[in-house]
Amino acid sequence: MAKFNLKINGKTRQVDVDPSTPILWVLRDHLDLQGTKYGCGIALCGACTVHLDGMAVRACQLPVSAVKKQEITTIEGLSETGDHPVQQAWLEHDVAQCGYCQAGQIMSAVALLKNNPNPGDADIEAYMSGNICRCGTYARIKAAIKTAANK
Amino acid sequence: MKNTYSRRSFLKVSALSGGGMMLGFNWFAKDIKAANLAPGGLNVDPEWVQVNGYIKITADNRVTIMAPNPEFGQNVKTSLPMIVAEELDVDWKAVVVEQAPYNTSLYVRQFAGGSQSVRTTWKPLRAAGATARQMLREAAAQTWNVPVEEVSTKAGNLYHEKSGKSATYGDLAAKAATMPVPTDAPLKPVKDFKIVRSSQKNVDGVNIVTGKSLFGLDYRAPGMLIAMIQHPPAFGLKLKSLDAGRSRKMPGIKDVFTITVFPEGYERAAFDTRTFNELVVVVGNSTWEVMNARKKLNIEWEPITETKETVNAWGRKREELIPAGLESSEAHLNKMLEMAQKPATQLRKDGDPESAFQNAARIVERTYTAPFLAHNTMEPMNCFAHVTETEALFVTPLQAPEFAEKTLAKRLELPVEKIDIQMTRMGGGFGRRAYPHYMVEAALISRQVKAPVKLVYTREDDMTYGIYRPAYTATYRAALDAANNLTGFHVKGGGIPEHAVHANRFPAGAVDNYLAEGWEIPSNITIGAFRAPRSNFIAAAEQSFLDELAEVMGKDPIDFRLELLKRAKENPVGTANDYDADRYAGVLKLVKEKSNWGSPEKSGLHRGVAAYFCHNSYAAHVIDMTMKDGQPAVENVYSAVDCGIVINPDAAANMVEGAVIDGIGNALYGALTLKDGVPEQNNFNSYRIIRHNEIPRHIEVHFVENDIDPTGLGEPPFPPVFGALANALYRATGKRYYRQPFSKEL
Repeated sequence: MAKFNLKINGKTRQVDVDPSTPILWVLRDHLDLQGTKYGCGIALCGACTVHLDGMAVRACQLPVSAVKKQEITTIEGLSETGDHPVQQAWLEHDVAQCGYCQAGQIMSAVALLKNNPNPGDADIEAYMSGNICRCGTYARIKAAIKTAANK
Repeated sequence: MKNTYSRRSFLKVSALSGGGMMLGFNWFAKDIKAANLAPGGLNVDPEWVQVNGYIKITADNRVTIMAPNPEFGQNVKTSLPMIVAEELDVDWKAVVVEQAPYNTSLYVRQFAGGSQSVRTTWKPLRAAGATARQMLREAAAQTWNVPVEEVSTKAGNLYHEKSGKSATYGDLAAKAATMPVPTDAPLKPVKDFKIVRSSQKNVDGVNIVTGKSLFGLDYRAPGMLIAMIQHPPAFGLKLKSLDAGRSRKMPGIKDVFTITVFPEGYERAAFDTRTFNELVVVVGNSTWEVMNARKKLNIEWEPITETKETVNAWGRKREELIPAGLESSEAHLNKMLEMAQKPATQLRKDGDPESAFQNAARIVERTYTAPFLAHNTMEPMNCFAHVTETEALFVTPLQAPEFAEKTLAKRLELPVEKIDIQMTRMGGGFGRRAYPHYMVEAALISRQVKAPVKLVYTREDDMTYGIYRPAYTATYRAALDAANNLTGFHVKGGGIPEHAVHANRFPAGAVDNYLAEGWEIPSNITIGAFRAPRSNFIAAAEQSFLDELAEVMGKDPIDFRLELLKRAKENPVGTANDYDADRYAGVLKLVKEKSNWGSPEKSGLHRGVAAYFCHNSYAAHVIDMTMKDGQPAVENVYSAVDCGIVINPDAAANMVEGAVIDGIGNALYGALTLKDGVPEQNNFNSYRIIRHNEIPRHIEVHFVENDIDPTGLGEPPFPPVFGALANALYRATGKRYYRQPFSKEL
């Protein structure tokens, strides 16, 4: 066990965990931030996507010891009330079915738009194909990303 | 306050403490006779007893409607309260939808499955809304001393036009609570619907996009421990010995032990699937610590012996043979193809199919196969349990609380009143969460460690646990006479461990000489319901066969189906046909129109069509595709669906779009294969799920507009996707696709 000071959603949080613990489980088990989801544990479904200094990363494969001074942003840090343009676009297109993967999809979409404010179909498909949705809401996700890009 | 309701009524009215009314009702009172619900009135059956939903109207005119969902993305938490609000005549934007209180003793018949949620609650929900509205009108009539017929309502307000009097529902709710519960409240004519048939957003939308704790895996409680199971690495193996010494010494670990899910001789209910009898359990403080400790377990496994188990499916008992051995998909396929040649059990016979085939000028015969599929819900199985010797609390995502409760009561030897099941939103279901083994496991673990426990499956645990969609085979034969008439039709289907034949389904009823047969191969691989059980395979086989048959006969594939449906409508063969030929033809005609079928194919685009009836509704799809670098790319999908009245059109379209994408994904890539009993896929690196870059460029959903009571939507659009894709692939590649997943055949 070791103590880590993490910058999460603008606050400094201290945890005392095994250094190999993935950020996903630090968030969920130790910091009561349940918005970041577990889906596969091997960085292949995107449900656990968070931002590390604005870059989208899979929290299930990111050991707590690898995070130094970088700022972690989770879905809870995007906007508590859902007024971020990407969240708004998700609501406008009523994207979700079961909803489990959507936090990860949104975090990926926000990172995509940060690097490419006006992505085309191919850009969206390439960037988002790491995020699985079993309900098949992909078409609406794509539409929502385009809507958010125009805001 | 005087209570005027009968204790045995399905509707109960009471006053709210701060002024206002609460009308309790039963969402699942399915005995309402259709005749009683014609526009104009309803007769309430006094025998309805269970009240499990409510409408609350407070003095300040706040309207709350309770949603006792199991919600797994079919959007019933929004669409069911919309039905109540419609008849109550309130402004939907002002309605608060409240989660059901946690008390499962109220939730009999509560079930997410079979595309039943809207279909079975439509009448009770309308009745409840209409009754509350009628009581408010009665209260206004008394207050204003005017005839009740002259009191009208609009958007949560009451009006008396002649005198110009008006009031809000809240103003008169306290008085309405003292009114007798009417048994003949008028229902709105369908043409006057304002909320039903209008698109409304998901009531949990904001909670979902802000990452609120909605799902089972998100649940936490003080003092809660984390548990994981270790099941055998292969079907056909069981625990021989356990050395937990190293695991126990790992940091954060509380205990390591074994549990017996269902003991020897346990008479299982229909959903009590028992894949692995004995499981090793690791319990500790946190998920990561338990994961790591589990890796240090030293376990020896040994082969199982053949057993027979009794399954009691709602009073019908059957023996289930569980063979020993380590099974493999290659051997399964060979065995299925061998069985397809052998005599099978007759399921239906019309006319003289033997003669039709003996005298045929031409016989077309094709055999189709499909592998096991894993549900792969995005949220893996999990369950919070706090169970003592005398009571049990569960917080978990599940589809069938009623069945789960019975199983838990029996296995834990507790009365049902001592079992509290709290349902969370589900991160996907697809049938998988109807099987409550994970609740039994969590309960046994909590009892053992005497603490609240959250059982967590990893993706690998989830994918390799079994309860798969069965592996299937179907052989279709058609007899044609010299004049190119279809004189005989034969379907023989089999599977591991059950077949997928619906003997009374189209084209039964449309062919004079018809034979349906089934065969089964016992297996120790466990299976379960998967979105549109049986239909999800047999539609693919049947619709591919009909396409090939139409081609052989020189007919257009849509016109050929319409001809058969015309025959089934005008002069049906047999009386047990389970579909409505008109509605079936209706979706084909609609998809024909919307896809501009019959126009020259656009350059590079190849079209396929399929239709199917299941779970009381009808769906047809036309798929346009191209091949790019040898890989299929779906360009357009046109979908036509008849599910009766559509409650929430945009959400319904979302569900159909999802079914299209799910169908294409499973048809192209879905497969759970085994080698020596070991699943060859255990995570998303080996099990391919359709992704963003593989979906259709354009999906267009059309609903048949009619005033038929809603008939269900979650499953029906899914099965025909497989057939439409197979038929489009044929046009694109010149090759027919008989074996799923199709991507392996390209």
